[in-house]
Amino acid sequence: MSLKQRILEFFKLKSKVTEGGGQQAIQKQMAMGKMTARQRINELLDTGSFHEYDLFVEHKAEDFGMNKKFLAGDGVITGTGSILGFPVCIYAQDFTVAGGSLGIAHARKITKIMDHALRLGLPLIGINDSGGARIQEGVNSLAGYGEIFFRNTRASGVIPQISVILGPCAGGAVYSPALTDFVFVVDKISKMFITGPEVIKTVLGEEISMEDLGGAKVQAEISGNAHFYAESEKECFEQIKKLVTFIPWNNQKKADKFPPKSPRSNLLIDQIMPKDATQPYDIRDIIRALCDDSDFLEIQEHWAQNIVVGFVRMNGETVGVVGNQPLVLAGVLDVDSSDKAARFIRFCDAFNIPLLTLVDLPGYLPGVDQEHAGVIRHGAKILYAYSEASVLKITIILRKAYGGGYIAMCSRHLGADFVFAWPTAEIAVMGPEGAANIIFKNEIANAQNPDEVRKEKVQEYTQKFANPYRAAANGYIDAVINPEETRDYIIHSMYLSQNKVDELPKKKHGIPPF
Amino acid sequence: MNELNQNSIIIDDTEYQTRLTKKFLSRKKYVPKSKSQIVAFIPGTIRAVTVKNGQRIKKGDSLLILEAMKMKNEIKAEFDATVKNVLVKENQLVAKNELLIELTL
Repeated sequence: MSLKQRILEFFKLKSKVTEGGGQQAIQKQMAMGKMTARQRINELLDTGSFHEYDLFVEHKAEDFGMNKKFLAGDGVITGTGSILGFPVCIYAQDFTVAGGSLGIAHARKITKIMDHALRLGLPLIGINDSGGARIQEGVNSLAGYGEIFFRNTRASGVIPQISVILGPCAGGAVYSPALTDFVFVVDKISKMFITGPEVIKTVLGEEISMEDLGGAKVQAEISGNAHFYAESEKECFEQIKKLVTFIPWNNQKKADKFPPKSPRSNLLIDQIMPKDATQPYDIRDIIRALCDDSDFLEIQEHWAQNIVVGFVRMNGETVGVVGNQPLVLAGVLDVDSSDKAARFIRFCDAFNIPLLTLVDLPGYLPGVDQEHAGVIRHGAKILYAYSEASVLKITIILRKAYGGGYIAMCSRHLGADFVFAWPTAEIAVMGPEGAANIIFKNEIANAQNPDEVRKEKVQEYTQKFANPYRAAANGYIDAVINPEETRDYIIHSMYLSQNKVDELPKKKHGIPPF
Repeated sequence: MNELNQNSIIIDDTEYQTRLTKKFLSRKKYVPKSKSQIVAFIPGTIRAVTVKNGQRIKKGDSLLILEAMKMKNEIKAEFDATVKNVLVKENQLVAKNELLIELTL
């Protein structure tokens, strides 16, 4: 055979496998409003950048007629490529091939590309679209899952791991995304759960649709399992591309620097902030007023909205922002918002991304439900994450910084490198009303006109403590600043901190209050 | 997505204008647990009911079998009592925390 003939033969073999599960299955996939695995990879990666591996991998299963079945690529496509010039490793499960079910050959393709990503220090993107374990392969299928989870965990904090849920991802399979850093879901397409509607109906007699049990909205809004929610696959891929520009390739690198841009001029801090400290405003407006191009990539936008986390750039460099959101539940800390912030802080710390904390909170959310849900151990996560973080930590106190909330939100005491406060800051054990009612309890109760005395005492407390100067007098804050100078102070702090050294005591690992 | 309702929240005697989340608004009011109410500790199926209304029972007596996750759980009386009301039947599916039997101390 001539070289040309050999090449033609190779093309023929290749085209048979790249067709996946065949035209009928592809039609079915498209009828569900879904792209095929190959289309997804091409849509997400830079044109022509995809290099496929292990195309000719085949399963070796024998039982239940499997020996007669040909499964193209064993139901998963793996390879490397680039996104906006950033190199990535990627795999995409192919639902058109045996429902994207996971057998051992399928799993080994995934673990191989994971090993590759870890060895080369490159982000890993996994597109999940699978019916679950390939039951015909028995325990081999479970082994495959376990080997994936093991690598997800070992790679955690070394390379960024992104999971994209574009179909079912159920049962044990869903623990791979759960172990990764960012989970993307798409309305009406993503379905994530441990036990499905059928099992729930049999065991409990409760009827629930897949969508209501574990659809995209549920994961983005109620459970907090998802970090990004999109209306379509196309929108989802745009979100991934944007995220990739903000994060470094691995934990030895810093995120790429971009050309610095000024915030948009129509966002003015003094117009955003209400006069009365009990009135709400959107903390995201403040974030946009401070950052480059007013461009804020929010993470977990729809869950635990009383805290806001996400990425911005300051003078071209990536910064992770954590801000209390006075617009929702007055910006209190609670079980969910603590979990959300703590996880984000740990991502930033692992990947050399400086942390900017914007403080305006009245404290922790009171309630039996909170206490019984373990607000103590969940709330502790935020303290742990900030205290452990050795990246640059800048804290700006905008208004209220009361009690435990003040300490938790990256105070000087938890190792903040720079703490600045606006003149509107109130750093105290609690708000003036509550404090006066406790300190002057007897005087108010015994007064002829209790309401008047209470008012006086509130006034007295406000003048003494509801300001930044007590904390400034103790050196707990570095400077009281004009809000307009905030961006300048942040950028200057970053400029000063390029060689920050902060070593944790030698240990195997800490024991965070998981 | 989240339907947020404009409202306010009071923390340390200060009322803050803010939006309340669906989750916050649908909080269940705390009700202290009653010793005389036997509730399902796990969702499952009632496989047997071994007591009748009005029956005197002693601590340790079997009340019913609640099958869940392929395990048959025998629910026993924690103290001497009288059965006031049996609310479930054999083969009935029950949700977590569903009231199964009421006792009189």
